[in-house]
Amino acid sequence: MLAEILHTLPQVLIDGLALGAIYAIVALGYTMVYGILELINFAHGEIFMTGAFIGTAILITLTGLGWIAVMPALLALLLVLVITSVLTGFIGMGIERIAYRPLRKAPKLITLITAIGVSFLLQDLVRFITEVKRGNYILTGPSMFTDRVEVKTSSVLSVFNDASFKESFIIVFVVAAIMMITLDFFINKTKWGTAMRAVAQDRDTSALMGVNVNKVIGLVFFLGSALGGATGVLFAIQYGTIDPYIGFILGLKAFTAAVLGGIGNIRGAMFGGILLGVLEMFASANLTLMTNGVFGAEYKDVFAFAILILVLLFKPEGIFGKVVMEKV
Amino acid sequence: MSILTVKNLTKRFDGLVANQDISFDVAKGSITAVIGPNGAGKTTFFNMVTGVYKPTEGSIMMEGQSLVGLKPHTISRKGIARTFQNIRLFGSISVLENVMVGLHNHLKGSLLGIMLSLPSSKREETFAQEEAYRILEYVGLAEFLNDEAQSLSYGAQRRLEIARALATKPKILLLDEPAAGMNPRETKELTDLIFKMREELDLTIILIEHDMKLVMEISEHIIVLDHGEKIAEGNPEEIRHNPKVIEAYLGTGAASTAS
Repeated sequence: MLAEILHTLPQVLIDGLALGAIYAIVALGYTMVYGILELINFAHGEIFMTGAFIGTAILITLTGLGWIAVMPALLALLLVLVITSVLTGFIGMGIERIAYRPLRKAPKLITLITAIGVSFLLQDLVRFITEVKRGNYILTGPSMFTDRVEVKTSSVLSVFNDASFKESFIIVFVVAAIMMITLDFFINKTKWGTAMRAVAQDRDTSALMGVNVNKVIGLVFFLGSALGGATGVLFAIQYGTIDPYIGFILGLKAFTAAVLGGIGNIRGAMFGGILLGVLEMFASANLTLMTNGVFGAEYKDVFAFAILILVLLFKPEGIFGKVVMEKV
Repeated sequence: MSILTVKNLTKRFDGLVANQDISFDVAKGSITAVIGPNGAGKTTFFNMVTGVYKPTEGSIMMEGQSLVGLKPHTISRKGIARTFQNIRLFGSISVLENVMVGLHNHLKGSLLGIMLSLPSSKREETFAQEEAYRILEYVGLAEFLNDEAQSLSYGAQRRLEIARALATKPKILLLDEPAAGMNPRETKELTDLIFKMREELDLTIILIEHDMKLVMEISEHIIVLDHGEKIAEGNPEEIRHNPKVIEAYLGTGAASTAS
């Protein structure tokens, strides 16, 4: 059995990294907002989905105008990523301003329910607009970066099978890595990052030191949503077909990744996302084998979440999390 | 010349009167102490000056401008900084970064510049670190710059709070029980630091303190609160002999015995 698992390992890792990178960036949005407001922003999965739709809509429009044909594909992608992330960034900031800020002093549960409400609102809004424009809410974007690349992993170790990936995998992985490194630098090295960490620890004291807390919170929502939206575009390019409900499950899993890594911890979210992605792909490839056909690949989520429960049983604060004393 | 003027300042919390009709002037460049028994409303007064609470009635003027209704971060920008009775550092970031939070309003931090890593943004980051280091040196904490704030000793944490407040470049520095929990040597160092800051940094200092030896030694002007009301005001000598003050601290009867 071990040999068979090893056969597929290179492919599992490649697919797992692609999926994991997507979980990781969406997880960043959850973890940043939680870190600063102790709010689980359930609408974040829908920001991701909105980003996927905005990005695809721009791509379809550009194709219609005939620009895609003349533009280098990478340039087109960059353009779409930038426009989409700015738009979703402002959407996220707007949601905070309209729906969450008035409830800042209300019990946490009220804001949580509001977040779920915003989530449904975004789903139906996107579905409505897409149906009006296209007559169908399932959308398939123009195919880009679909050439397959073969990796001769068998020459590294004879037990490995060869693996392959779409060119888009490289795009997903490189863009995700750039976004994560930039964010990490931003949070640890800049005035605004320092202010964000200060506000996360003590909002009132930060204000007394001259930090405009509302601006910092707005910035957190902008950054998280911009990254989430851009990830939506990556998802649409990697997996082709999108619908208004992709944000729900993916959001749940990204949130899980954030908890796995230690909620509120930026690097934890990145690690948790990658780990969850790899675990899921591993289960999808090997579950049938490992259980003699009792459970099939469709039980991959059960496997991934069972691991999550195990981790949290032994380390409830998450892998990178610190034990937090309840404030009294 | 007065830098801060409060007039008829009142704060009520649902029937509980925390500050009642308080009026006084704070002279520019002075060291003023606000004293009084526990629950006299001293910290409430600080919270109103810094914008944490909005006064129910009355006015707070700094250099002729009203501070009432301004947000805490705006008041900080106008030049009022403070420390806290129960230390409120950002415990899990470094000592240097704590001071850098205080510098927030003195850095441009242009987001575009940071994204493009412009040289001006890099220079500013270096400047911020050097400036924060200089302030740490000033209060004697430079050696701890990379430690987590919560790992510092108690006395050092109080100094770090002062350093963080200084980083906002205040005109008025409010110290809420700066000597609480300090041993005599630390208190002596604190006294020296307060004098030094006033002389060298052109500061007006207002402090709440229970250590009467420190208060009498350091302050030029003392305001005494009891049950939210101002019961006396004057220089240390006047306050020492004021029957109302003795009564507030020691109870009725003590004043007549003392005189």
